[in-house]
This record gives sequence, C-alpha cells and structure tokens, in this order.
Amino acid sequence: MNLPFRAPSSGGCNDIPILRERGQREVFCGLTGIVWLHRKIQDAFFLVVGSRTCAHLIQSAAGVMIFAEPRFATAIIDERDLAGLSEIDAELDRVVNRLLERRPDIKMLFLVGSCPSEVIKLDLKRAAARLSQTHSPKVRVLNYSGSGIETTFTQGEDACLAALVPFSPLPANGYVPPLLVAGALSDVAEDQFRRIFADMGLSDVGFLPARTAGTMPAIAPGTRYLLAQPFLNDTARALDERGAIHIPAPFPLGAEGTTGWFRAATDAFGISESKLRAATEAGHIRARLAMEPQREMLAGKRIFFFPDSQLEIPLARFVSQELGMEPVEVGTPYLQRAHLAQEIGQLPAGTMVSEGQDVEKQLDRCRAAKPDLVVCGLGLANPLEAEGFTTKWSIELVFTPIHGYEQAGDLARLFSRPLDRRTRLGV
Amino acid sequence: MQLTLWTYEGPPHIGAMRIATAMDGLHYVLHAPQGDTYADLLFTMIERRNARPPVTYTTFQARDLGGDTAELFKTAAADAYARFKPKAMIVGASCTAELIQDDPGGLAKALALPIPVIPLELPSYQKKENWGAAETFYQIVRGLAQPRRGAEVNPRSCNILGPTALGFRHRDDLAEIVKLLEGMGIAVNVVAPLDATPDDIRRIPDAAFNVVLYPETAETAGRWLERNFKQPMTSVVPIGVSATRDFIAQVAKLAGLDADAALKAGGSRLPWYSRSVDSTYLTGKRVFIFGDATHAMAAARIAREELGFEVVGLGTYSREFARPVREAAQKLGLEALITDDYLEVEAKVAELQPELVLGTQMERHIAKKLGFPCAVISAPVHVQDFPARYSPQMGFEGANVIFDSWVHPLMMGLEEHLLHMFRNDFEFNDKAAASHLGHGAAKPAAAPANSTPPAQGGWAPEAEKELQKVPFFVRGKARRNTERFATERGINLITIETLYDAKAHYSR
Ligand code: SF4
Repeated sequence: MNLPFRAPSSGGCNDIPILRERGQREVFCGLTGIVWLHRKIQDAFFLVVGSRTCAHLIQSAAGVMIFAEPRFATAIIDERDLAGLSEIDAELDRVVNRLLERRPDIKMLFLVGSCPSEVIKLDLKRAAARLSQTHSPKVRVLNYSGSGIETTFTQGEDACLAALVPFSPLPANGYVPPLLVAGALSDVAEDQFRRIFADMGLSDVGFLPARTAGTMPAIAPGTRYLLAQPFLNDTARALDERGAIHIPAPFPLGAEGTTGWFRAATDAFGISESKLRAATEAGHIRARLAMEPQREMLAGKRIFFFPDSQLEIPLARFVSQELGMEPVEVGTPYLQRAHLAQEIGQLPAGTMVSEGQDVEKQLDRCRAAKPDLVVCGLGLANPLEAEGFTTKWSIELVFTPIHGYEQAGDLARLFSRPLDRRTRLGV
Repeated sequence: MQLTLWTYEGPPHIGAMRIATAMDGLHYVLHAPQGDTYADLLFTMIERRNARPPVTYTTFQARDLGGDTAELFKTAAADAYARFKPKAMIVGASCTAELIQDDPGGLAKALALPIPVIPLELPSYQKKENWGAAETFYQIVRGLAQPRRGAEVNPRSCNILGPTALGFRHRDDLAEIVKLLEGMGIAVNVVAPLDATPDDIRRIPDAAFNVVLYPETAETAGRWLERNFKQPMTSVVPIGVSATRDFIAQVAKLAGLDADAALKAGGSRLPWYSRSVDSTYLTGKRVFIFGDATHAMAAARIAREELGFEVVGLGTYSREFARPVREAAQKLGLEALITDDYLEVEAKVAELQPELVLGTQMERHIAKKLGFPCAVISAPVHVQDFPARYSPQMGFEGANVIFDSWVHPLMMGLEEHLLHMFRNDFEFNDKAAASHLGHGAAKPAAAPANSTPPAQGGWAPEAEKELQKVPFFVRGKARRNTERFATERGINLITIETLYDAKAHYSR
C-alpha cells in the first residue's frame, strides 16, 4: 500500500476569505472547561468565585448526571459580600478552609474567576497566594479566569494551563524531558501517544496537564513543545516565557492530522523517516480503514460550523481532507493564526472562515446555504433540527476522545451518525 | 459567600426566561455576558423545545466595559425589535450587568419602541429562579392588564395562572385542569403565561376568578389581580385525590356552582388501589420529602392520607414559602428542613434512613448514593421529567400517575415477605433489587456517615453477621436502632441478643 503521507502544503491563508463579526455570541464561557479539567486532574478542585449563574452554567453544561461528589463548586457572592471588599477576602478564606477540611484528598485548588469577580475587581491572584501560604505544602492554590467577559469556552482550559506553567517543577537533578505535549487529552489518547513516542525513541514525554498535581511535567529553557489543542494561545505564551520552544504542527485529528503532528516531532528531534513510519504506519492504516465507511456516507456532503471550541478549523480540515466533505462556512470564536497556519493552508480554496459571531445573521446564512450537516451548540441544535436541518452538537467534539489514530473512526462517526439516523427514521 | 455544589434554582433571570419562553409574541432583551447564553439549552435540550427561547443577549465583553456597554444594549434591543417584531418586550440584566448598572429599563425606554417595554429589576445576588419567574409574570400582568371591558362578568369564567416553560409537568397538569374545569361548566378565559400572548394578558381581568396552579410563579400576580380587579383566587393546589376534591369544592364555590356533580363524575383509581390488600405493605413506610413548597406539601398530604406512609422528614428549597412548609411539618410533628444546601439535605437523608425518598433530581442522586428507593416529585427538572406519555401530577389522573410512580420503586408486598423468609437465598442478596427494576437497580444502604457511634466494643462478629441477614433495605435502620439501643443502655458490645432486644424494643 502506498502510504498517503503528505508533506504539509505550504499554502498560506491569504486565499481564505475571513468574515469578522461582532454581535450576539452563542457560546459558553471559559468556566465550562472545568467540566473536563476536573476529571483530568484527579486531585484538583475547581472553586469558581462567582454568582448563582456561574454555578447554574457548570451544572447545566455538566448535566446533573455526575454521581460522585464533583471536584468543583461555586463560592456564590451575595449582597453582603458586595457591600465591602475587606470582608469578601475573609469570606473566601472561610469557604476555602471549609472545603479543604471536607476534602482532604485535594492537592491542588484552582480559584476560578468569573464575570462578577472580575467586575468587582476581586484579586484572586492575591487570594491564591495568601491561601497557598496557609495550606502549603498540602495544597497548592492557583488562580485563573474563566469569565465570560474574557474567555470563550475552551479558553478556560487555556487560562488554566497557562496558570500551571509557571509552577511546573524544575527537578533537583536538572533533568527535564525533551518534549512536552500541552493540552488536556483523554487518558486513552494520551496513553496511545506515549506508546507511539516511545516507539520513535522519545520515551520521556511530559503531558500538560498531568493526571495529578504532584506529577506535573518539568519545563526548562529548551524544552520543545507540541500543542495538542488549537486554543492554547496563553499557554504557549507562558511556555515561551519559560524558554520552551514551540514545534509548529497540525493537530492530531484523523489519520493525516495525527501523522502530521508526529512528523513535526520527528523533524524537530532529527528522528528518521523510517522510525516515524515504523511507529505510526499501523495506526495510520487502521485509522483510514476505520474511517472508510463514514467517508462513503459523508463524501460530497456540505457542512456548516457555528463557532464554539476553536476546534472548528482543524475539524474542517479533517472532514474535507479525510472524509471528502465540503465546508460551507467555518465559524470560530477566535482565529489563532499562528497555531493554525498548517490547518488553514489545507482547507479547500474559497472556504469561508468567520471569526466572532452575530448569531442571528449567521443563522440567516446557514438557512440560505442549506448545508447537509450543521455543527452547532446545544442551544441551536434542536431548533435547527425542527427547521429540517441535520445537526451535530459541537460540545460532544470536546467531551469525547477524538485525538489520535484509534479515535479517528469515532470522530468520523460523530459526523456521520446524525445523517445515518435521518436515513433510518421513518417518522 | 456560600459554597454551592449543586443548586436547586438558577438565578432570577432564568425565571424571567421561563416566563418569556412560555409566552408567544414576547421578547426578552437581557444584558449579559456570552456565557449566560447557556440558558438556551435548558429549554432546547431539557424540555426539547423546537425553537430558541425568545431572548437576545447583549454578550458584552471585557473590552466593552471601559467603553459603552449601554450603547451595546440599545443596539441589541433595537435589532431584536426589528428582527422579531414582538408585541411586547421585557428588558433586564443578569448578575454581571447588574454590577455595571446600565439601567436597561431606561435605555429601552429611550428607544421609544412602538410596543410596551417592561423593565425588570431582578436582584441576582439576593433572589433566585422562582422568585424571578413570579416577579416577571407579575410585572407583565401589571404592565399589560386592561380594565374589564363589559360590565357583565360571566361568574363561571376563570383564568389559569402559573404554568411556565421548563415547569415540572406543567403542560400535562394544565391539560388535566382545563378538562376538569370545563367538565364543571367553567369557561377558561386565559391561560398564562404558557402559550399566552400579550393580548391575552390584557384580557385577564375579564374573568370572574383566577386559578393559581403554581403559587411559586403566580401567587404574586394573583394577589395583585385580587386587589386591583376584585378577582378572587384559588388557594388549593389540586395534587392528590383529597386536594383535587377540595379544589373542586373551592372552584365550585367561586363559580357559584354545585360541586357534587363534578365530585361524582371525577374519580381516581388511587383510593381503591390504596385499599387493595396488596397495598398493605405500604403501611407506615418511612418517607422523606423534599422539593419546591407546593409539591412537597402536596406530597406530604398524599403520603400520609392517601398511601398510609409515615412522613419522617419534610423540607423545601423555596425560602419564600418557608412558613406554610413549617406549618405543614409541625402538623406532622416534624421540624421542616428549609435549605438550598444540597449537602444538608444529604446529611438529613443519611440520618433518617427513610424507606422512600420523594424529592427532586438532586434527592434522586442522594438516594441512589445511599441506596434508597426514590421518586421525583418536583423541579429542578431533568430531561426525564418530560416524558413522552401523558403524565400530569394534578387532578384525578395526576393521582393515578403519582400512585404508580411512587409505588414503582418499592419492593412489591409479597416479594418483600419472601425476602424476609428466605434471606439467605443467594439471589436475594444485597444487590438484588425489586425484581421488576432489573439488575443492579439498587445498592445496599451505606452506613450513614453520621450514625450514632457504636458502643465502645462495637459489634460482635456474630451480631454483625446476623445483621447482614436483615434485608438490605431495612438494614441501615436496624443498625442505627440497635446502636442507639446499646448506647442508651450502656451496652459495650453488641451481640445477637442485643440485636433482637433492640428489634423487640422498637417494634413495640
Ligand atoms: S458568563 Fe460570566 S457570569 Fe455568566 S456563567 Fe460565565 S462567568 Fe458566570
């Protein structure tokens, strides 16, 4: 079999029309990241300092269906707190003390800022430093903002990881793994990636975030890093500040994306093509095989992305390049050009990319374009279905393991299942 | 500052959304950051509504704060009017916008739109969802209601007030009550807010009286109408057989009708099913009840009078209705649990070790964790609370539904006896659930976190073993009672003797 390895095309994004919009945005705020981050870092607790709205948002986004006592909560600011700022610090300390008493298993506590805490200028950085002093070495207290006035959906993860970077350890013996992967991955994908890196001779790779507070990867000047997610602007900046070096790469989605991602690593470390092949060939072929039936169903179908997770551009690249779909409009809340250069370069010429949102106008465009599949948030999906569109809820693309070869078929199925369902239903 | 894991109610603007979404031709312009748009999914995913809620969010960002968020609001309101052409508009702020004090009401007024614009003041740091719904509905009624047109009022006409979007079984309750009222010969003038237009709200004063189905959302409006339009309102909520009969009597009196015919015509299977000998096993089952005030109080009455249960705990998260719940609890010899702290409710359930929990989705979690059977009786809602089949809680059909859904999670009578007789049968082990619930539907009751500390010596091994022979659904109670019995008598080591002494003591 002739391997369909392609060198990343050098096409810039100049031939891609970009529509910038400003209007009503229909996206979650950065607090939502807590829903997956609290599962990823198993001894961390996320305390939102916010309003009842913030508590209700996380609860609604997570579904009320988490059975274990969750490792997140909200310290709800009330009237009395708003009356005077000196009192609010004491209140926060009281809430944190109560929480940590109740949960002795917690090793890392994130104070997560919200719109209300930002607007009243509650200094969570200072609070984190103060509380860290009280509770160290048992618990490290960090802070970041997940507020809706500053962060959109996955930017919450970016802010969280960026907060972790300055605290990454420098081990006494000075040894630091040469490669770091930044971005929360499902455990299953992370393990697969570790095995593949080891097969290529990179047996020591750090993953940020690690699964426990005590095992966060070491970072030093010269550490090279790959991004596993496209939305990590601030994290990348924080890594750069510590002297780490970014390896430009596509994102590990689908067979091509995953191989391109590993190839970037082998190129950076001067690892031979044959070693890359030996480590990735089987996975690449399996991924293509797994996608084959979906490709048959999806090829030629037109797809419209509403902005949500910033995964839209890599996903549009994936569905067009690997599944033969035709992206009509690719909406993204923010366009982080620097990290997406390779992905944008591989979108079909003329694909419309929109940045920002005016949801009503975008709905008008969507109705006019009559795509075969609409990728959109939970608030829009059922109303569009009722209008006759077939939809895929975008949040599932964030909550499901989709990275890497072994998940490529699952990722493709996320797009084909709604269409498959339409053809099955006789009612 | 309050530490909150799960909340029973959203912020007050969610209540306003429940009113706006219920109505036709009303639009809500909400000054709020982008994340607050999550609220749409409550309606489109949990209630499976086929249209977006009629809400425009300004979604201001940090960079707007220094500049002109007020202008942003005005543009959003003007655009929303131009696009949706509503018949009336409500405007307000969510928690964050409340802090930046842009005065949505004043800004919208300055636009001079050719429709009524009703400003909402919903203090987010003080009030919650149900209050927000009640306040919004009241402001809409107050803003739109017109004086009665004709001089003549049909004494046999009423409005039905209270059903909203995202309400616990509101749609089916409404159908049931409309049928009941029409069967009595009473004309329903307006139903609101569910499916009402602003024009319908204007006509509310035309009816002779108001049926307030859900005091949590409609009592404020109902009282205002009572004062300003001399429209009396109902006070009985028709959940359960007896309450439905009381409701019929009350409505008949308000309409100047004879209630007998309606009482004779209507009927529920509940009374006979409850008398049927197979229900004997329900006698004295210990139930814990928690929910919104209306549903919790109704459940307490049904549990006691109509199913013969023993209510061991009663509480609500509706602080606005704490008083009537306290009174209801007092009549049962209990102290009501008034809290919106999920952990407090969990601790109470663990302490009481009830045989059935009647609560919200939160209590369903608690019950599942602790291994007790549970039925859901109240909001906050979950997608499961919007069943495809007709399943009201109100009226006689509602009583049938309640009988089924409360009895279903329990062991069937004879099954329970067999379990007692053959407690060592390998299939009747801890993990065996009621046969009709399938495998793994119930877990063993965990020892309560805060049970009385056992006597110093604790349990002798044989006693502990004997305790394991007690069926799992009463084991927690047996353990607790035995430990209390031992502590009270200063018994150091609990033996098999102690276990049976305690059993004899508590079964007196
Ligand atoms: S947008 Fe702001 S106020 Fe709303 S939930 Fe997110 S952080 Fe809280």
